[in-house]
Amino acid sequence: MRLALHAEWTKLRTVAGPLWLLLGTIATTVALSAGATSLVNCTADGCGGDTTRLTLMGVYLGQAPVAILALLMISGEYSSGMIRTTLTAVPRRVTALAAKAVALTGAVTAGGTAAVLGAVLAGRLMLPDVGDRALSLSNGPALRAVFGTVLYLILIGLLSLGVATAVRDSATSIGVVLGLLYIVPIVAQTISDPEWQRLLEKTAPMSSGLAIQATTDLGNLPISPWAGLAVTAGWATATLAAGGLLLRTRDA
Amino acid sequence: MTPTVTSHRSGQHAGRDGFLQVLHAEWTKFRTVRGWPTGMVAAVLLLLLFAVLTGISSDQNGSPPVPIGPGGEPVTDSFYFVHQPLSGNGSITVSVSALESSIPRGPGDLRPGTVPWAKAGLIIKQSTRQGSPYAAIMVTGGRGVRMQDAYVNDRPGPPGPVSAESPRRLRLDRSGDTITGYASADGAHWKTVGTARVGGLGQTAQVGLFVASPPAVEGMGTAGSVSTAVFEGLRFQEGWAGGTWTGDQVGPESPSFAGYPEDTSGSVTGSDGRLTVTGAGDIAPANRETLPTGGTLRDILTGTFAALIAVIVVGALFITTEYRGTMIRLTLAASPGRSRVLAAKAIVLWAVTFIAGLLGTAVATPLGERLAQDNGVYLFPVSSPAELRVAVGTAALLATASVLALSAGAVFRHGAAAVTAVLLAIVLPYVLTAVPFMPASAANWLARVTPGAAFAVQQTLVEYDQVAGHYTPYYGYYPLAPWAGFAVLAAYAVVSMSAAAVLLGRRDA
Repeated sequence: MRLALHAEWTKLRTVAGPLWLLLGTIATTVALSAGATSLVNCTADGCGGDTTRLTLMGVYLGQAPVAILALLMISGEYSSGMIRTTLTAVPRRVTALAAKAVALTGAVTAGGTAAVLGAVLAGRLMLPDVGDRALSLSNGPALRAVFGTVLYLILIGLLSLGVATAVRDSATSIGVVLGLLYIVPIVAQTISDPEWQRLLEKTAPMSSGLAIQATTDLGNLPISPWAGLAVTAGWATATLAAGGLLLRTRDA
Repeated sequence: MTPTVTSHRSGQHAGRDGFLQVLHAEWTKFRTVRGWPTGMVAAVLLLLLFAVLTGISSDQNGSPPVPIGPGGEPVTDSFYFVHQPLSGNGSITVSVSALESSIPRGPGDLRPGTVPWAKAGLIIKQSTRQGSPYAAIMVTGGRGVRMQDAYVNDRPGPPGPVSAESPRRLRLDRSGDTITGYASADGAHWKTVGTARVGGLGQTAQVGLFVASPPAVEGMGTAGSVSTAVFEGLRFQEGWAGGTWTGDQVGPESPSFAGYPEDTSGSVTGSDGRLTVTGAGDIAPANRETLPTGGTLRDILTGTFAALIAVIVVGALFITTEYRGTMIRLTLAASPGRSRVLAAKAIVLWAVTFIAGLLGTAVATPLGERLAQDNGVYLFPVSSPAELRVAVGTAALLATASVLALSAGAVFRHGAAAVTAVLLAIVLPYVLTAVPFMPASAANWLARVTPGAAFAVQQTLVEYDQVAGHYTPYYGYYPLAPWAGFAVLAAYAVVSMSAAAVLLGRRDA
């Protein structure tokens, strides 16, 4: 496992793509957060909603490069034929996948933390009074929101890795992942029955996972913050398990 | 390449330089790679699946009917009405000396506030049935004097608020089907605000005072408001004579009426000389917020977003697969005119996606409408040309998005990057407009300049100046006209195709 991990880390480190994608995550997260923050009319009382959530909104966009990074770790190998070398070097296929997952987690932790802290910094600079209160990392809910957003990005990465292992083709995998993330919330909006709507919001990976960012009005959330993140973790686990199973049973 | 083949080709299609062959080659590729037709079938099935889901997910059976106005549009017709039946022609005048509104800030916490479209004045209406024809002259909370009729017509009169120091005198005359509204600041000089022809009033109509108070627009939502008006000097002239006044709430149980704030209700107090009337609701066309249970064609076609993913993936793969398998070298060797290859791919892809999209919308729309209506869901009315435009526009939206993905694929030469870029450019603006906080101006800006503007082709709702609301893409109101929105996406596709053609010509394959 250590050797497999070392191999995966070397692959990740020595190709230009992953670094650019992590930089892309940071740039898009900070840019969207700053853009959204600058648009909102804030008074000394607040911004008419959850300010913490507003400043962390950048992950709506920042999760996309994370997903690409994750799925290229496996579907990139399928398209270049590298996967055969990988599986010859590490014949235990589940170990190879686990090594990829661990290496990915490390990379996304680094990039995600930078992205989220960048967004927080941007928020504090743009909303001096309100931001200090809503984004103080000594404030329990705000700390949970910031830390949880990094965890969310890691889980989105793992979910994408699982999908890509099962689907193999990169374009189709990203279609499936982005569909899971963005389309379910859109569908939930158009459904007029409130129970169905809440059910969809509770079970979709993005809307449930981002409940971790909520710091106000917790009673009215469709799902509580940590339970929401657990749902996203469930998605990541399920897709990784399905991907691992298919990786074991199929020819590479 | 043998000379025989070249001469054979140019002999058969003189003047076309073999473009038909390139087109045929691309069609053969599309047809025979299993994943691509499968993607198109998936797009059609997703449109159908979501139409069925939207159709069956809501059960409105047994809820009160939606009031319908004389023009066939859904209306809000709930207000407090102090009325009496009056026959024939006549005239009524009154002076409004106060109109004050309250908005709840929390449960049981009612505070004074401004409701621009709070209304108090004189009305003549066929009956107290919701949706019946009427004409009214009124003072409003922030829009001066207005004359309104048939729910959708609105004419401005003298501006400014009313107070005890500067009351506003209003007058309504009936002459057959012609109703004329006047306003005056002093009772001596009258200004005609408007004249309306109101069909179907009948010989005897209900005439009297009314107060309405639509929900106040606050941040991302609305809050039900209540308003109180003071009327003085109520008088009949020219044929009408006073009888007994009755105070009634019109349309208390209506899907387009949010009800009174907690612990308030409609009422009338005082004598004929001075009446204080409290009311809530509105007399106006319904919009997406006042009629939240209403469905639209756009809801039924929610599957467009899912189908979009399928066609974007196919569009990107249509070219990136060639790069991965180095098939591109063979393609470009067979047809060295590189931009012609790209054009042939675009034509094949656009046509196939358009046909698939049209098939999907043509089946999904009636299916979803039927299922929704069977569940008692009221659908906002759509004319046949508009319904056709939504179907054709949605198919064109899907087709153009897949061509945009094709060009992105040629630029990036990488499937995942192309799919992500195009999908985010089209879908993310829509996701962002639904985020709380997003001011309407920012949401409308996004719906103007991003490729997501093309969703305007699914617009079926009408925006009314005299109804306050959140007219944003989230609620189904787009800032651009349907085909103008589509043109934005088409412009992106054209620019991106040109960039792809230049890069394809310049780079080594």
